[in-house]
Amino acid sequence: MSRREYPTHPLLELTLARLLEFAREPEAVFWVVVFPLALALALGIAFRSTGAEAVFAGIVEGPGASGVRAALAPASGIHVRLLRPDQVDRALRDGEVQVVVLPGPPPTYRFDPTRPESAFARLAVDGALQRAAGRKDAFVPREQRVQVVGARYIDWLIPGLLGMNIMGTGMWSIGFSIVWARTRRVLKRLAATPMARRDYLLAQMLARLVFLVVEAGGLLSFASLAFSVPIRGSAAALVVVLLVGALAFSGLGVLVASRARTIEAASGWMNFSMLPMWVLSGVFFSSAHFPAATQPFIHALPLTALNDALRAVMLDGAGIAAVGGELALLSAWAVVTFVVALKVFRWT
Amino acid sequence: MTGAAAAAGPVVVCRALRKRYGSVVAVDGLDLEVRAGECFGLLGPNGAGKTTAVEILEGLLEPDEGRVEVLGLTWGSHDGELRQRIGVQLQETQLNEKLTVEEIVRLYRSFYRRGPSVSRVLQMVQLESKRGSWVSRLSGGQKQRLAVACALVNEPDLLFLDEPTTGLDPQSRRQLWELLAGFRARGGTILLTTHYMDEAETLCDRVAIVDRGRVIALGTPRELVASLGAGHVVECTLAGPSGLGATGLAALPGVTAASASGRTIRLRVTEPHRVVPALLAELDRQGIDLAGLTVHQATLEDVFVARTGRHLRDE
Ligand SMILES: Nc1ncnc2c1ncn2[C@@H]1O[C@H](COP(=O)(O)OP(=O)(O)OP(=O)(O)O)[C@@H](O)[C@H]1O
Ligand SMILES: [Mg+2]
Repeated sequence: MSRREYPTHPLLELTLARLLEFAREPEAVFWVVVFPLALALALGIAFRSTGAEAVFAGIVEGPGASGVRAALAPASGIHVRLLRPDQVDRALRDGEVQVVVLPGPPPTYRFDPTRPESAFARLAVDGALQRAAGRKDAFVPREQRVQVVGARYIDWLIPGLLGMNIMGTGMWSIGFSIVWARTRRVLKRLAATPMARRDYLLAQMLARLVFLVVEAGGLLSFASLAFSVPIRGSAAALVVVLLVGALAFSGLGVLVASRARTIEAASGWMNFSMLPMWVLSGVFFSSAHFPAATQPFIHALPLTALNDALRAVMLDGAGIAAVGGELALLSAWAVVTFVVALKVFRWT
Repeated sequence: MTGAAAAAGPVVVCRALRKRYGSVVAVDGLDLEVRAGECFGLLGPNGAGKTTAVEILEGLLEPDEGRVEVLGLTWGSHDGELRQRIGVQLQETQLNEKLTVEEIVRLYRSFYRRGPSVSRVLQMVQLESKRGSWVSRLSGGQKQRLAVACALVNEPDLLFLDEPTTGLDPQSRRQLWELLAGFRARGGTILLTTHYMDEAETLCDRVAIVDRGRVIALGTPRELVASLGAGHVVECTLAGPSGLGATGLAALPGVTAASASGRTIRLRVTEPHRVVPALLAELDRQGIDLAGLTVHQATLEDVFVARTGRHLRDE
C-alpha cells in the first residue's frame, strides 16, 4: 500500500477497509467466489442434456421371462434386468428399474404412476411388447428435436443460480461483518467518532458491489465457456440489473443484521428471510407452479424480481426498459431496507 | 487546539448521574468535575460503575437521571461538535484484525476535520515500525497503543481512557504512561479509569474513588493518603485463632486506626519504627504466634480499604 498521510472521504476509507478486510479472509473469498462456481459446475453437469432418456425395465424370473426378454430386445433404449420376486419392490423404490413386467398372458406392469420416468417406461415397454405381439403402427411420425442453445434447462438455471448467489453472499457477508463488528464493540468505537452513521452502512453496500464484479463475472464467464449459456441482452442492461439486485440484497443484509447481538441470531434471521425465496422465487423450477393466490406475494420478493430480470436480459435479450418493473421493485427494496436499517441499527 | 481550553471552566461536569440495569444500579448519583488540563482518575473495583459512568460522559449511553456537560456542551444537541473534540478508548475494544496499523489509523483519521498526519500519529505512539503489520500480529501493549492512537488522531481536547493498561506488562504500562504524559504536555485533559492504585498515583492529578456507583473519596492522591492520618500501614497475620481483635491493638501508641479481616489485622500508624516493637511485645505477652508481618507506605488502596473494608482487587 502506498503511504497516504491524509485520508480521503470517510465513505471511501470505510469501503476500502471493508474490501481489504474481505480480501484478506481466504474463507470468505472461497464462499463468495469459488463455491458458487463449484455449485454451477455440479448442477450444470447433473442437468446437462444427455440425449434420449434410457428406460430400465425389470422382468420377474419365471416361465415367460425369456419370451418377454426376447420381445424387448429389438427395442432401442430399453435396458432389461431379471429380478427375483422378492427383489421387485426394492428395485422399483430405489429407481434401479422404472417398471417391472410380470410375464403373462397377459403381462402385468408394476410401476409407480406418480413418477414421470415410471409412467414413461410403462408406455415404452408396452409399445415394444405390443409390437412384438404383432400390433402394427398406424403411421410412422416425423420428429423435430429441439436442442437449441438458450432453451435448455441449464440456460434457464444459470440466471437463477446467479440471483441466488447475489442474495446469499450479499446477505451473509454483510450480515457477518456487521454482527462481528458489534460483538467486538467495533461499532461502539465507531459510534464514538463523528463518522456519519449512514456512511458505515453505505460502505458495506458499496464494498459488496466490488465483490459482485468478481462473483457475477466469474459465474457468467464460466457458464458461457463451459455450457455456452447465452447472454443475449446488452452488457449495460445486465450490469444495471446486477447492481440494483445486489443493492437490494445488501440492504436486506444490513437490515437483518441491524439489531442481532450474536452470529447465531443473525444466521437465524438470514435463513428465515432467505428460505422463502430459495423455494418460491424460481431458482431451480418455475415459480408459476405455485397457486395463483400466492403469485402477488411471490412477485413482491426481491429474488423473484432479480431472477425474472436476469432471465429476460440473458435469454430474451430484453433491454433496461423491458425490465423496468423489476428494477423499480428491487430499488424500492434497497431504499426501504437501508432507511429502516439506519433507523433501528444497534451501535452498542 | 488545547491551549485555549485551559483558561475556561471545567471540561467535564456531571451531577446526580444515575443508570440502572434492571435491578442493578450501576451508577448511583455520581457527581464529578474535571478541570481543564488535568488528568482525572476514576479508581474503583470491578463493577463499581466506572465504565458505565465514562460511557455516559462519552455520549454512548443515556443516563436515567442526571446532567452531563462536556467541554461546555451537552449530548443530544452538540453531538457532532463534541465527537470532533474528544478522543475515546473503550475498555476491551478489538480493532479489525485484518487491517494494518496504518490502515486503522487512516480510517479513524478520516472521520475528523483536523488532526495530525498518519505518520505523526504513529510516531506519537511509537508504532512506526509496525506500520504495515496486521492488528492480529501486534502484542497486547502494541494493540493498546494503537487503540490510544485512534483516540489521538484528532488531537482531542479531552481524552477518555477506560482501563488503558489493564493486562499489560510493566514495560508496556510505562510506555503508555509516557505517551499520556506527552499528550498532557501539549495541554490535553484526560479522564481515565483504572483499578491500579499505582497508576492513579503516577498519572492522576486528582482521583475519585468510586464504589457501587458513587464517589466515596475525592482529592489528589497525596491528600487522599494523608486523610488516613497515618503514613504507613502495618499488616500482621496471626498463626492461629485467638481472641485478639483489632480493638486489642488499637490502643498501642502511634496507631491511628485498626481493622481486622480473618486472621489479618491492619494498623494505620504514624511511626512504624515505634509501633512494630510495641506490637511484637504485646503479641509475645499474650503468647500469640505471628505468621506474617508487613509494613508499607499508605497508598490509595489503603484509602479504599479504610472506607469500604474491602480491597480494590480481589486477589
Ligand atoms: N449492559 C449491561 N447490562 C446489565 N448490567 C450491566 C451492563 N453493563 C454493566 N452492568 C452492570 O453494572 C455494574 C457496573 O458495571 P461497569 O462496567 O460500569 O463497572 P466497572 O467499574 O467498569 O467494572 P470493571 O472494573 O470490571 O470494568 C456491574 O454490576 C455490571 O454488572
Ligand atoms: Mg469497566
